[in-house]
Amino acid sequence: MGASQTRSDHEHQHLTDKTGFSLEQIKNLHKRFQQLSGNEETISKEDLDRIPALANNPIKKQIIGAFFDKRNQHQDEVGSCDEIGFEQFLMVMSHFRPPTLKTTDEEKEAMRKEKLRFLFNMHDTDNDGTITLEEYRKVVEELLSKSGAIGQEAAKAIADAAMLEVASTNVPHMAPDDFYEGITFEHFEQILKGLEMESRMHIRFLDVDTTTMRCGKSTS
Amino acid sequence: ASLFVSAASASRDAAAGKNNETRGDPAVVTDEDSHHQSNSTAHKKAFPVLSFNYDHVRKPFEISLWILLALLMKLGFHIIPRVSNVVPESCLLIFVGLLVGGIIKAIGEEAPILDSKLFFLYLLPPIILDAGYFLPIRAFTENLGTILMFAVVGTLWNAFFVGGMMYAVCQIKGANLGEVDLLSCLLFGSIISAVDPVAVLAVFEEIHINELLHILVFGESLLNDAVTVVLYHLFEEFSHAGTVTVVDALLGVVCFFVVSLGGILVGAIYGLLGAFTSRFTSHTRVIEPLFVFLYSYMAYLSAEVFHLSGIMSLIACGVMMRPYVEANISHKSYTTMKYFLKMWSSVSETLIFIFLGVSTVAGPHAWNWTFVIFTVILCLISRVLGVVGLTFIINKFRIVKLTKKDQFIVAYGGLRGAIAFSLGFLLTKSEMKHMFLTAIITVIFFTVFVQGMTIRPLVELLAVKKKKENKGSINEEIHTQFLDHLLTGIECICGHYGHHHWKDKLNRFNKAYVKRWLIAGERSTEPQLISFYNKMEMKQAMMMVESGIAPKLPTVVSSVSMSREEQPDDGVSCFTNKHFLRSYSRHDLLIDPFEDTLSEIRFRKQRVEMERRMSHYLTVPANRQETPSVRKVCFESEHQVYTYDDSESPRGPTVQLNLSPPDAVSLLSESPQRPNQSSSHRDKGDGEPRERERAPDEQDEQLKLSRCLSDPGPNKEEEDGGDGSFKS
Repeated sequence: MGASQTRSDHEHQHLTDKTGFSLEQIKNLHKRFQQLSGNEETISKEDLDRIPALANNPIKKQIIGAFFDKRNQHQDEVGSCDEIGFEQFLMVMSHFRPPTLKTTDEEKEAMRKEKLRFLFNMHDTDNDGTITLEEYRKVVEELLSKSGAIGQEAAKAIADAAMLEVASTNVPHMAPDDFYEGITFEHFEQILKGLEMESRMHIRFLDVDTTTMRCGKSTS
Repeated sequence: ASLFVSAASASRDAAAGKNNETRGDPAVVTDEDSHHQSNSTAHKKAFPVLSFNYDHVRKPFEISLWILLALLMKLGFHIIPRVSNVVPESCLLIFVGLLVGGIIKAIGEEAPILDSKLFFLYLLPPIILDAGYFLPIRAFTENLGTILMFAVVGTLWNAFFVGGMMYAVCQIKGANLGEVDLLSCLLFGSIISAVDPVAVLAVFEEIHINELLHILVFGESLLNDAVTVVLYHLFEEFSHAGTVTVVDALLGVVCFFVVSLGGILVGAIYGLLGAFTSRFTSHTRVIEPLFVFLYSYMAYLSAEVFHLSGIMSLIACGVMMRPYVEANISHKSYTTMKYFLKMWSSVSETLIFIFLGVSTVAGPHAWNWTFVIFTVILCLISRVLGVVGLTFIINKFRIVKLTKKDQFIVAYGGLRGAIAFSLGFLLTKSEMKHMFLTAIITVIFFTVFVQGMTIRPLVELLAVKKKKENKGSINEEIHTQFLDHLLTGIECICGHYGHHHWKDKLNRFNKAYVKRWLIAGERSTEPQLISFYNKMEMKQAMMMVESGIAPKLPTVVSSVSMSREEQPDDGVSCFTNKHFLRSYSRHDLLIDPFEDTLSEIRFRKQRVEMERRMSHYLTVPANRQETPSVRKVCFESEHQVYTYDDSESPRGPTVQLNLSPPDAVSLLSESPQRPNQSSSHRDKGDGEPRERERAPDEQDEQLKLSRCLSDPGPNKEEEDGGDGSFKS
């Protein structure tokens, strides 16, 4: 018990530096990881699919896909894996950390870029660096997927309007022969500037053990 | 005849009593006539062509005169820009009140005082309803914990600190304050400690700070009403009884929960009733706004009956009602309601401040230097200490921490106002009451004048973040929803039920059950994204109508990307025009987007540009392609907006127009035939058959689109504008 404990602690320490979580948080996430993977070393897509609470989520597939997307590992690889280990799991989770009082403005800016990059990767499924109209339509369709037939018909129009908005804000003086290829990352940043991602895109990571708590408000 | 005599004598009395009434000749004439009458009844008097009867209309006349005076003052301030930039409107109004009060007193008349009943029953509700109805729910619920902390704990701290310290001050031998006992001091503390929503609104709306700070101070001022009510009644009861026991204190705590939760419950019930009623108003659109007002007012009054918190009831009613009512009522009703609320609350606010000034001059004062000075100082100190201390605790639980700048603004924005005055006025008469009132007025004046005037330059100096322009961007809305689902999903994967999870659950419950009951027709199943989109589309369309473009040119939505020959329709970039989903600020309403001449000029330019481009296109040989459905907005009459889809059959170029309302077609055909369009239309060499007569520009739009979008649309869809059409 003692030896493995120090070994995992050592690993966890290495992870705190890499991902920015505290030791407590990593321990809790590790427990959750074990729970999801059935005490294996890796998780597959089916393991995440099985989570009952996710069933009602309209963008379930994209969320699960994001975990297995190599682009979110910050290692300049592309494509997707079939299984991920704990470290990759943590890397993806680290995108959802909130800023602290000590975070400087440059760090906040970097954090915002990172979070926006995560979102961008979720939309840009073919990894060509732009979100095309088709991909954007897919996004809106998935969002409205739980709303039946009404959703699907309106999805196209909404996606088109959104695309147009991006085009006109970012490239206001398009010449008659230009056409708008797709949303690049810079345009994406520009259009979502108002949302202040670094303050919105986060969840509370508990410092308390989650496996023993069935339902409870977060306390961190 | 006797009636006439009595009227004449009454008018004589009235005329004598009112120094500022013009005593015209008719009074003299009637005087003579009455003498004649009494002298010889046989003598037939002349028919009174003109008579003077003031008593009859006295009350409404005076009320109207006051309101007119108040509004004229308001008008005057905005005509003199230099003054209104430095001094907030509330200060100017109080100043005017002081002047008017002085004049009335100089004449020898008795000036009207801000009667508590008048204030609480007539002047306060419109302001609170206006604020509560347009409360930004997202910001409010995200910061609810912080707001509650400030409202409940902060107010309690203020009340006890000021009350306790004032009692200590009263013990000072030289101050001549010996008879003020502890309970009276605590009562005074509870009156003076509450941040006033009217004053906060009046000052904060002019400085446009960022949403977080606005909602913190404003939310606190709304929610502390429960605390104030409980403390006030508690101490008032006790000061009659004389002693306090532990049981009483415990009952006080229970009372607090009853007052606040009871108030919210009452408000929620009325809100649901109002929402339910609005489901059936589709045939009587004209009275729709009235339902909202009346249900809300009833909620307020019902809560006041049981001594529950009327303000919280009103807020709960507005918040509860709003999403359902807005889905049910027509656009015109919505506009009416919004403008009426703004109008009433504006009048109320103006009257309150003027009356505050008048009451200051009128009321009996008992000035005690020690008491007043210490009150002001202690209020400031307790506010600062309270905010700093609470923020220290709160920041442990918040994700987005409150910085020192934020704390300063929150502390500095703790203004006192007319509620404190009215509560003080309700105290039973005693020598202390006058002293208390004087102190209260001094604190109010200090906060409104000093803090109100200096907060704007301080905000500039400290470079506090200002309110960002609310663009009503569809991208932001899409991503807000996307984020909600994403974060809920991540929480699920992490395995704990955070507040995203509960919010999601609430939304699903709302969608599955509540909306079905409270929203009429098919809109009950409309997803939020689609309602947002329709709202935006309609606003766009209305804006285009107002600036004179449509109905000649139907709004085209999709035309972006994909094809080489294509170029985005700049005319539709009006979608990104600002000022869309306006916030609730009264001052913002004055900058009406429809009167924004700049955007008008831009529209016209774009329209010209669009025509130019279209004519350019149509000389290029068309490359027939399939288009997916294109949504358009078309105006029939003022009242109805229909959306319909055009689609092109996979095989050929013929486009079919499917409109559910046959009248809408007439509008299209009314569009004038522009010469350049029709000529270039003829130039096209394809010569595909047209199945129906349509306006050439609309056809050109079709062609341009069909060329533009290489996206192979689905098979011919014939939709009847069923998806999300907003029928008003």
